[in-house]
Amino acid sequence: MKRGIVSVFFGLSLLLLFAHAAAAQSADPTAAANAYVNAPHAWQMWLPVPGSPMEAQIDWLMRYVLWIMTGVVAFVGALMVYVFIRFNARANPVPGTVTHNTLIEILWITIPSLLLVVIIVPSVKMILYQADTSNPYMTVTVTGHQWYWEYSYNSVPGLDYTSYMIPDDQIKPGEIRRLSVDHPMVLPVGEKIKFVITSGDVLHGFYLPSLGVQKYAIPGTTLTSWTIITKPGTYFGQCNQICGLGHDAMPIEIKAVPLADYLAWTKQALATYTDNNAAPNPATTSQPVLKLADAAN
Amino acid sequence: MSTTTQDDFHAHSGHEHHQQSFASRWLMSTNHKDIGTLYIVAAFVGAMVGGVLSMIMRLQLMYPHNHIVTSGAEWNAIITAHGLIMIFWFVMPALIGGMGNWFVPLMIGAPDMAFPRLNNMSFWFLVAGFIFVMLGLLLGTGTGAGWTLYPPLDNAQYSPGVATDFSLFSIHLVGISSLLGAINFIATILNMRAPGMTMHKMPLFCWAILVTAFLLVLAIPVLAGAVTMLIMDRNFGTSFFEPSGGGDPVLFQHLFWFFGHPEVYIMILPAFGIISHVVSTFSKKPVFGYLGMAYAMVIIGFVGFVVWAHHMFVSAISTDSRVYFEVATLVIAVPTGIKVFSWIATMWGGSIEFKTPMLWAVGFIFLFVIGGATGVVLANAPLDQELHNDYFLIAHFHYVLSMGAAFAIFAGFYYWIGKMTGHQYPEFWGKVHFWSFFIGVNLTFFPMHFLGLAGMPRRYPDYADAFAGWNYVSSVGALISGASTLVFFYVLYRIFTSKEVLADNYWGEGATTLEWAVPSPAPQHTFLDVPVIR
Repeated sequence: MKRGIVSVFFGLSLLLLFAHAAAAQSADPTAAANAYVNAPHAWQMWLPVPGSPMEAQIDWLMRYVLWIMTGVVAFVGALMVYVFIRFNARANPVPGTVTHNTLIEILWITIPSLLLVVIIVPSVKMILYQADTSNPYMTVTVTGHQWYWEYSYNSVPGLDYTSYMIPDDQIKPGEIRRLSVDHPMVLPVGEKIKFVITSGDVLHGFYLPSLGVQKYAIPGTTLTSWTIITKPGTYFGQCNQICGLGHDAMPIEIKAVPLADYLAWTKQALATYTDNNAAPNPATTSQPVLKLADAAN
Repeated sequence: MSTTTQDDFHAHSGHEHHQQSFASRWLMSTNHKDIGTLYIVAAFVGAMVGGVLSMIMRLQLMYPHNHIVTSGAEWNAIITAHGLIMIFWFVMPALIGGMGNWFVPLMIGAPDMAFPRLNNMSFWFLVAGFIFVMLGLLLGTGTGAGWTLYPPLDNAQYSPGVATDFSLFSIHLVGISSLLGAINFIATILNMRAPGMTMHKMPLFCWAILVTAFLLVLAIPVLAGAVTMLIMDRNFGTSFFEPSGGGDPVLFQHLFWFFGHPEVYIMILPAFGIISHVVSTFSKKPVFGYLGMAYAMVIIGFVGFVVWAHHMFVSAISTDSRVYFEVATLVIAVPTGIKVFSWIATMWGGSIEFKTPMLWAVGFIFLFVIGGATGVVLANAPLDQELHNDYFLIAHFHYVLSMGAAFAIFAGFYYWIGKMTGHQYPEFWGKVHFWSFFIGVNLTFFPMHFLGLAGMPRRYPDYADAFAGWNYVSSVGALISGASTLVFFYVLYRIFTSKEVLADNYWGEGATTLEWAVPSPAPQHTFLDVPVIR
C-alpha cells in the first residue's frame, strides 16, 4: 500500500522532471553521443577506430610489433620454402654433414635479441603512460556485479546507478544486440577520466576495446585505469573475465558528450537516479546503493 | 653410435611373458611399453572427449543467438572441461606418459623405467582423475569457472554443488600422476643410460623429457597447494582467497600461473624433442647445434618459471612488475628462436623426404612460429591491455597447442607407430589427414586473430552480431578438422589391419637413435643385455 503510494509519487515526479527538462532545453543531454557510434562491424580485421589517445598509441604499437613479427614469420617461411625446394631428396640426393657454424649461431642469438630491444623500448614507455592515472578531471568508480555494472561518480555525490544489458527480445531499432544497455555511462569528451574498478562478487573484466582500457574487477581491491575520449559518440565494451552464466550479458556502453552536456546530464541524472538516502561507498558493500529500476517502481 | 641389442626372451627368467592374461598385462602392467600404450589410448580418449566438446562449442558459436548450448552454466561447464581435458588428459599423457614412456628407455638403452610399479600407479591416477573431471562436467550444472579455476567464481558461494569439488579433486589426481611420472623419468634418465651415453650424447627427446620432468616436479606441487586451498575455502571455512576473511583472489592467480606458465613448456618441450628427431631423420642429417638445442630447452625451462605474471597484466600487479614480466617473457623468444633456426639449419643441406611425419614436423615449425609471433605481441603489457582474454589470445594459444603440441603428437605418432605396433600407416591417407587437419585448424584459428583485434571476449556463448562472419568461418574450419579426425580413424583402421612387415629401422640412414636398433614392433623386453654406446 505504502509502496504503491511511493511509486505513484515517484512516477509523478519523474513525469514532472521530464516535462521540466523538455521545456528547459530540448530533451536528452546525451543526444550528442548518438551522431557517432564506435562499435565492432562485420568482418572487422583490425582494432577499433581509436576513441582515445591511449587506443591510438596501442594501435601504433600493435602495428609496429605486428610488422616486425610479420617480418620474422615471413623470413622463417621464406627460408623454409627455399630449403624445401633446394634440399628436397630429388634436388639434393646426398645429404650434407654440417652440424655446427659458430657465426650463424651467434647471429641467430644476437639479431633476435636486438629485435626484442627495439620492441621493449617503446613498449615499456607505454606501460608507464598507461599507469599514469594522475590529475584526472573526474573519477568514476566501476563495480562489477553478476551480471551488471554499477557506476558511481565520485565528483557527483549520490550519483550511483546500475547498467544492465538490454535483453535480446527488447532490442529497439538503433540499439545493438548484446552491446546496448539500459543506462549507459555518460562521460565528457576531452577530459581525463580515471576509472576505479572493483567488484561486488566474483571477478569481472572492465574492457573497453575502442578506448584501450582493460582491468580486472576484483572483490576486495581496486584497480585503476584512465582514458580521454577524443570525440562525442557511443562506445562499447564487454565483461572480459568469466563471471558465471551471465558473463556474456553484461556489456558496457559509454555516451561521450561535450562537457556542458555532461554537466547538464549529471543534474538530470541526480534527480532521476537518486533517492534521498545517503549513499554508502559502493566499494565496501556488495549491494548496489540504488537502482534506477527501484526508483521507477 | 652403434649398439648390440639382444632381445633374448628365453634368457630372461620369463615366467609371465608368454601366457600373460589380459588383466595382468594391461591392468597391472609394469612394462614401460605397455604403460606407454595405455597412456596413448587414454590420450586418444581424452582427445576425443575434448574434441567433441570443442565441436559443440564451435557449433554454438557458428551463428549469433544460437541455442545448441542451452544455458550459460552449461556453456561454462563445457569450456572448463575442454581446457582441462585437452591439457591434462590429451597433450600431457600423449607426449610425456605415452611417447616418453615408450621411447625414453629405448633411446637411452635402458630395459625399462626406473620404477615400473610407480609407472603403473602414475597411469591409474590419470584414469581416476579423468573419471572425476568427467563428473565435474556432468554432475549438476558442472564446473563453470574456466580451466584457470579463478576464485571467487568457484568458491562455495558462487559454485555450490559437488561438481566443482570433483573437478578440483581431479586436478589433484592428475597432478599426482604427473608428479610420479616425472620422478620416474628423472631417475631413469639420470641413472639408467647405457654405458657410454653421456648426458651430452643423449637424444634430444630425452633431454626434452628430462627438462619437462623437472618442470613438473617444481610446478605441480604449487598447483596442488593452490587447489588444496580452494578446496579448504569451499569445504572447511578457510578464507585463503576470500576478501571478506582477509584472503585475496589475486593470490590464487599468482599460484595458478606459477604452475600454469611452466605448464605451457611442459606441453611444448616434449614436442620440441619429437620434432628434432623427425626433422633430422627425414633430412638424413644429424641435428644442427645439438648442444645449443639441448641447453635452449634448459634455458626455456628455467626462464619459464620467472614469467608467470604476464598472465596477470590487467590484474592486480604493480607497474614495475609489468615492466619486469614483459621483459622476462620476451627473453624466452631467444632460446625459442635457437630451436627454430636450428631445425631449419638441420634441414639445410639435407636430403629431405616429405613423408607424413615430416609434413607434421614442418607444419609444426611454421605454425609454431606464427603462434610464437603472436606470443611476442601479447607479451607486451600495453598490448595485452587491449588483447587480454579476447580471441587474439585464443588464436595465439591454439596456434601453439592445437597446431604446435597436437602437430608434434601426430608427427611422433606417424614416426613411431611402426615401431610401436609393427604395422606401418598408409602414406597417402596420412598425407590426407595432415592436409585436411592443416586446412581445418588454420581456418578455425586464424580468423580468431581478427575477432580478437575487433574486441570479442573469450568464454562467450553468444556475441554481438558484428562478430558473426569470422565466427562462421572459424566454425566451418572446426568442422573440417572434425572431418579430418574421421580420416585419422581410417588411418588407424588401416594401420591395425596392415599385413606389411617392417624392418628394424624402416626410416633408413636418417634414423640413428637406439629405438631403431630393436625390432619393429619392439618386443616386450628390450636391452636385457646392456647396449654399449661408442
